[in-house]
Order: sequence, then C-alpha cells, then structure tokens
Amino acid sequence: MPELTKKERMKIPRQVMPEQNPEERRSNFKEVNLGFTEELAVMEANRCLQCPKPVCVEGCPVGVQIRDFIKLVSEGDFLGAAAKIKEDNVLPAVCGRVCPQEEQCEVKCVTGVKGEPVAIGRLERFVADYERTHTGIRTATVGAPTGKKVAIVGSGPAGLSCAGDLVQRGHSVTVFEALHEIGGVLIYGIPEFRLPKEIVKAEVEALKNLGVEFKTNNVIGFSDTVDELMGEGYDAIFIGVGAGLPYFMNIPGENYNGVYSANEFLTRVNLMKAYRFPEFDTPVFDCKGKNVAVFGGGNTAMDAVRTSKRLGAKNAFIVYRRSEVEMPARVEEVHHAKEEGIEFIMLTNPLEFIGDEQGWLRGAKLQKMELGEPDASGRRRPVPIQGSEYIMDLDMAVIAIGNGSNPMIQKTTPDITHNKRGNIVVDENTMKTSKKGVFAGGDIVTGGATVILAMGAGRKAAGAIDEYLKDPSVW
Amino acid sequence: MYKIISADFLAPDIKRFIISAPKIARKRKAGQFVIVRTTEHGERIPLTIADSNSTEGTITIIVQGIGKSTKEINSFNSGDYFTDVVGPLGHPSHIENFGTAVSIGGGVGAAISFPTAVALKEAGNHTISIIGAKTKELVILEKEMRDVCDEVYVTTDDGSYGEHGFVTTKLKNLIDSGTKIDFILAIGPLPMMRAVAELTRPYGIKTVVSLNPVMVDGTGMCGGCRATVDNKTVFVCVDGPEFDAHLVDFDTLMKRNNTYRDFEKTALEHFSCHTHQMFDAAVKEQN
Ligand SMILES: Cc1cc2nc3c(=O)[nH]c(=O)nc-3n(C[C@H](O)[C@H](O)[C@H](O)COP(=O)(O)OP(=O)(O)OC[C@H]3O[C@@H](n4cnc5c(N)ncnc54)[C@H](O)[C@@H]3O)c2cc1C
Ligand SMILES: Cc1cc2nc3c(=O)[nH]c(=O)nc-3n(C[C@H](O)[C@H](O)[C@H](O)COP(=O)(O)OP(=O)(O)OC[C@H]3O[C@@H](n4cnc5c(N)ncnc54)[C@H](O)[C@@H]3O)c2cc1C
Ligand code: SF4
Ligand code: SF4
Ligand code: FES
Repeated sequence: MPELTKKERMKIPRQVMPEQNPEERRSNFKEVNLGFTEELAVMEANRCLQCPKPVCVEGCPVGVQIRDFIKLVSEGDFLGAAAKIKEDNVLPAVCGRVCPQEEQCEVKCVTGVKGEPVAIGRLERFVADYERTHTGIRTATVGAPTGKKVAIVGSGPAGLSCAGDLVQRGHSVTVFEALHEIGGVLIYGIPEFRLPKEIVKAEVEALKNLGVEFKTNNVIGFSDTVDELMGEGYDAIFIGVGAGLPYFMNIPGENYNGVYSANEFLTRVNLMKAYRFPEFDTPVFDCKGKNVAVFGGGNTAMDAVRTSKRLGAKNAFIVYRRSEVEMPARVEEVHHAKEEGIEFIMLTNPLEFIGDEQGWLRGAKLQKMELGEPDASGRRRPVPIQGSEYIMDLDMAVIAIGNGSNPMIQKTTPDITHNKRGNIVVDENTMKTSKKGVFAGGDIVTGGATVILAMGAGRKAAGAIDEYLKDPSVW
Repeated sequence: MYKIISADFLAPDIKRFIISAPKIARKRKAGQFVIVRTTEHGERIPLTIADSNSTEGTITIIVQGIGKSTKEINSFNSGDYFTDVVGPLGHPSHIENFGTAVSIGGGVGAAISFPTAVALKEAGNHTISIIGAKTKELVILEKEMRDVCDEVYVTTDDGSYGEHGFVTTKLKNLIDSGTKIDFILAIGPLPMMRAVAELTRPYGIKTVVSLNPVMVDGTGMCGGCRATVDNKTVFVCVDGPEFDAHLVDFDTLMKRNNTYRDFEKTALEHFSCHTHQMFDAAVKEQN
C-alpha cells in the first residue's frame, strides 16, 4: 500500500469493534467485545499520524511505545507489534480490555482534538490476541540464574508483573496466593463477559513456562508470616495483596439475606462459577425474575449489575448518590450496561434496608440527593433532600462502594509501616517499605486503583528488587 | 492436592480424616479451621482442625455429612485427595487458666471443641466436658475426651445413653449443684449455642461460642460470613470464629444460614442422582 498522507489518515473513521448484540449477550457470560479483525486493525492503525513526539505515551502509566507498535500493526507485522508492546507491558491482552483508555493513552492522542482518538486499547488487545491464538504467548528469554530467591505475596496484576520481570532477570520467583486460583481481581472480580478467564490463565501459563513457581492456598499472615518467609531463605519479598476488604454502608438491615458485598457476589459467580450451579457446587442468589439494585458507580458496580442481569434479573438498577458525570466507571461499561437494559437511578442514596420476618431483603428506603459544593475529591458533594424518602421493592442488593485494605499483613508484620487507611507506605521510586528487603505495590499501596497502575508498580518494584539483590547494602 | 492418609467413620455420617498438610500441621492452634474444596467443581467449606501431628505432617478433620459437600467428603477414602486445603484460618482460641472450664459439644461440635478442651487442660484448668448427641450411636470422641478431661458427661436427647436430655440440662444441673464454673466453650448447632448463652447469662459465667456462618474465601475478602456481635458487624472468618456468647445476635445468623436452603436441596439431589448413576454404571461394568 502506498504511504498515506496525513489528510488521508485523518479521513479514516474510528473503526467500530464488533460486539455481541445486547439482546443476546444479556443472557450469556461470553465476552461482549469480539475484537478487531485483521482488516479492521490495519485500518485503525492507519489512522495513527506517527507523531514525531507521541503524546499518547504520556498517558500510559507504563509507557507502552504506542506509536511504534501501531506502525508495526499498519505494516501487518502483528507479532512484531506484540513484542514491541511487551517491552513495557506484560499483560497486553488484559490491559487492552480493561484499561480506562479514554482517560489514559487515548485522551492524549492528537487525533482526538478534532475527531476521535486512535483506538489504542483495541489495537493492543488485537495484537495480544493475535499472538496468543497464532503462536501462543511468546516469552522473553530468562537470564542466567542469580541464585537469589524472591517471594511474591498475592497474584494480582502487581504480583504477576513483578514476577515476570524478576524471573527474566534470572532470579528464582515463588508467588504465594491465598485463593485456589491465580490472578487476583482478574479472576475473582472482573467477569468473564469482560475478561475471559482463559486469557488470564494463558498469561499465568506463560509465566510458569518461564519458571515462576505458584503456590495457591497460602494466606500469608496465617500460613506463613512475612518474617517466616524471610526465614525460609527468600532474599526479598514483594507484597501485592490488593485492596480486598469490602466496605459496607453501616445502615440498618445490611445483614438481611440477599444483601451482598460486590466482592462476595462476584466471587461466587466468577471464581466459584455459581452461574453454572449445580454443575459447580457454589450457589448464588437466584436473580431470575427479581428486582436487583447495585449501590455504587464504579467498574465494580457495573460488573455486578450486568452479572445480575445475566443471571436473569427482571429489573436491574444502579443506584448512585452523585450524578452520572461523577461516576468513576468506564464510559464503555456504562454504555454497555445501558444497552443491556440496566436502569440508572442517580442522585439517590439508601437509608436502610427493609426485610421480612424470615430475614429476607424486601426493599430499601432511599433518599434523593442534590449536588452541592465540590468536596475534597473535587466532585460536587451530594446533599440529601429532606422529605424525599421513598421505598423501592427489592429482592437482592449488592453494595459496591469500594474496598479497604485487608489488615492481615499489618497485624502480623508490625514493622511494615501502614498509613491511617491501612495502606502500606512505600518509597515512590523504589517501592521499598519500612522493612528491609520488603517491597510493595498495587492496590495495597494506592487503595483501589487500576490494573495498569498495579502492573506499573510491580515492574518498578522488580527493578528496585533486582538492584537490591545485586547489592543488598544499597537499602 | 492434599492426600487423605486415613478415613474412618466415628458414627453414622460422621467421619474422621487424617490429611497430609505439613505446613498447616506445624502452625495450627486450637480453635483454627481450614477451608477445603473437594474437587475442581467444589465449593469452599470450612472445617475445624480437630487435631494435628507436626512430625507426621498431618491434620485431622471430623466431618458430619449433612449436605452435598460434606456427604461427598464422607464418600472419600484413604488414598483419595482434596483439591484444596487452606489454613490455618481464624483466630486461635483464647486459652488461659480460668479455673474450671467446661467445654460443651453438641453433635459434631464435640469434635470442634476437642482441640480447645485439650488446650484448656494443658493450661492448667480443671476441665469438664459435656458431649451431647441425639442418640447413642451419634456420640463421638467420648474416649478421647475422657483421656484429656477431668470430668466427662454424655447426654442424649432420647436417653439411649448417658443422661437423658440436652447439654443444657446437664449444664444447669452442674450450676445448680454448686459447681463453680469460670469459663464455658459451647460449640454445636446455633440453637444449642443460643440455649447455652441464655442459660449462663443470668449467672454471668464467661461463655464463648464458635460461630458457623456460610463462608466463601475465609480471608476477610467477601464479607459473606458476617454476623452481628455487640451490635457491630464482624467477619467471622477473620474476627472469630469464637465470640462472647452473650453478645452474639443468634437470630440474624440463624436466618442468614438459611440463605441457600433451596440450592442445598438441589445440590444434594443432583449429587445423589449422580452417585446413583455412578453406582449403576459400576454395577453394569461388573455384570
Ligand atoms: C469488580 C472489579 C472490576 C474492576 N474493573 C477494572 C477495570 O475495568 N479496569 C481497571 O483498570 N481496573 C479495574 N479494577 C481494579 C483492578 O482490578 C485492581 O486495581 C487491580 O486488580 C489491583 O491489582 P493488585 O495486584 O494490586 O491486587 P489484586 O488484583 O487485588 O490481587 C491481590 C491478590 O492477593 C491475594 N492476597 C490477598 N491477601 C493475601 C495474603 N495475605 N496472602 C496471599 N495472597 C493474598 C488476593 O487473593 C489476590 O489474588 C476492578 C476491580 C474490581 C474489584
Ligand atoms: C468455622 C467453621 C468450622 C466448622 N467446622 C466443622 C467441622 O469440623 N465439622 C463439620 O462437619 N462441619 C463443620 N462446619 C460446618 C460445615 O462447614 C458445613 O456443615 C458445611 O459447609 C455444609 O456443606 P454441605 O454442602 O454439606 O451442606 P449444605 O446442604 O450446603 O448446607 C447445610 C448447612 O451448612 C451450612 N453451610 C453451607 N455452605 C456452607 C459454607 N460454604 N460454609 C459454611 N457453612 C455452610 C449452612 O448453614 C447450611 O444451611 C464448620 C463451619 C464453620 C463456619
Ligand atoms: S497499557 Fe493501557 S494505558 Fe497503556 S497503552 Fe495500553 S491501553 Fe493504553
Ligand atoms: S498521539 Fe495518536 S496519532 Fe500520535 S502517535 Fe500517538 S496514537 Fe498515533
Ligand atoms: S468468608 Fe469471606 S469474608 Fe469471611
């Protein structure tokens, strides 16, 4: 193909990614987005202006070489593009799906000034899928063994990316995971219809092939403490245990049957496969024909409400105390949820849950809100409207107002400094904690954030761990 | 995979398993539990560590077959494997020399209270054990308790063995006859634990119960195991499982434990139907 001019590139419309139609997908757990075809990918890649100064990269927390990988896509060298991305991002199939691209790389893209930005995330996803389905995930070579042992606590994106980088540098790496499967929120939280588990499993297999050892069923703090791991000969430890403590609202009636935390609801469905009961043993509330409300406005809330719809809910609502513009969920998820028939009740807050004699949830008392002055987060603070209370009939409720940090490590390792909110305090450049030889990153440091930030933290820590292992006197 | 070293029935539907789990065996303390998963399709269910042997690297669990998962476990034999065993979870029992300590175990609760009874004895308490069961053949661990405790009483609901009545009947007798009791640990079905709590409340005897909500992860991540204690929400898996009986809201917990009742029936039917098919297939093969 002859080289396109800038003008010609700008004329190409942003390519639409095929997806399952809403009617069909709201009753199955298969992935909603179907991904670009090769033709669509090349076409979309041709929209990139190959800027001399690619500003898009500034928006990516791990600095993926966006311009260069997109060039390779436009040339049809998809495997080359995959290798290019993986210089900076070890989980592209995951990030291409779940990164909030519209706020990160794509928001910076120059083509977005006048028209629509290049679909960087979709291209990243395409490239990673192409590699996985055509050659299998190809991994980097492993450096000469250094004889050093590193323990990684928690197998979410932070732990996995840290493990990948360290094993490539020749260190022996063991990942300890509390649950029976590897992947953290990618496995137990984010549903199959957004991130097929098969993709996470393939990434984990690739790490196994590099020599990373995985030990499931190991709750650090209970099975072994951090100090005991040190005693077992690990030269350094990375803690990536995530933010896994569900917040409740502390309103009356929260313990009625049918009131779930998002973590419990999603874990039952995703990790334990309750949607396939009785083939799988774990049950979950029977949503069929029922009224379900999910309280919250983030990705977790969208995942929970769309899951309830797929389990057969007649009416599935998002109830959020601010307005739609303040919702932290990704735009794409909100859009998909609406297409699937989710109803959004904005500026509304629950005051209490109502139940029956047998302890089953029957409804919620809600109160309308209006937006007042901006609060500390810069978003306008919701203020209750007196006298606006009303009752909503409900059979199931899911509370998705965020997670705090699990205190297990804090309680069992007092010499790792935590802040008031229970997050581990680290040196921002090295991810070092207050305890010699122990590093931390991901949600346990930042509070609930994003997959890519957790991965970035894992990589940064890997670099610092490598230096520390070469010369422990640098602590 | 966690290998079953031995498996034997203690009573109809109550089976004792010794499982190879060296790390758990080394670490566990009285009052802690494991979460097991029977197969790749299994649910995660909590079971108390009844005993352990750190030199052999084994732990003992005692399982009462009441639903799909526990019946499936009880169909396992030595040489079989659990897909997952994780622990030790939960806080260990709070043990000190209280003076006279009574451990009360209703049904399979006798197994759950056993390790704590041992620890209470080791701490220097005068230990009394009350074992309650519906009927004679369901009485478990009597011999083991006699080896450890200073006094052991057995009650059966139908009077077929030991004293006729409930564990609370015996406990009340002890209190009325002037036994000075400093500490009580009661473990069994929720109505039993509640009855003990109500009995001891007016006397102000320190009473502890081990709660048994439905659990999933057992690490404080899901909040499914929440209960109300002292008007506050607790996560039983990480804040317990033992709590001051006089502060527990038993009513709410009893209702919460009914959440999956219809599913449990379906699961059990599905399981029995499945085992029948396996049985039929095995018979066919033999013929
Ligand atoms: C439902 C949901 C949807 C989300 N959607 C998005 C999205 O679309 N895009 C996005 O970018 N982000 C999303 N996020 C956020 C993102 O998933 C997290 O920020 C990210 O997973 C954090 O990674 P992590 O490695 O720090 O921790 P996690 O992914 O939480 O992993 C921590 C792991 O550590 C294990 N662990 C905990 N304690 C111990 C212990 N004591 N010993 C051993 N192991 C332990 C846990 O079991 C877990 O497997 C979502 C989160 C949720 C809950
Ligand atoms: C800390 C703790 C320690 C326990 N120790 C023992 C023990 O040593 N021996 C023993 O026999 N039993 C013990 N139990 C109870 C045991 O976990 C349940 O009997 C078992 O989960 C029932 O599963 P099922 O499929 O056989 O029965 P189901 O038919 O599914 O359920 C029967 C009842 O068991 C309870 N239950 C169901 N699923 C769960 C679950 N995932 N977690 C907890 N409870 C559930 C519910 O109250 C339910 O009504 C313990 C429970 C807890 C919480
Ligand atoms: S990792 Fe995320 S932010 Fe970075 S380029 Fe890929 S999609 Fe964009
Ligand atoms: S800013 Fe946009 S157009 Fe420029 S290189 Fe990056 S993706 Fe291409
Ligand atoms: S079982 Fe999930 S928090 Fe206790």
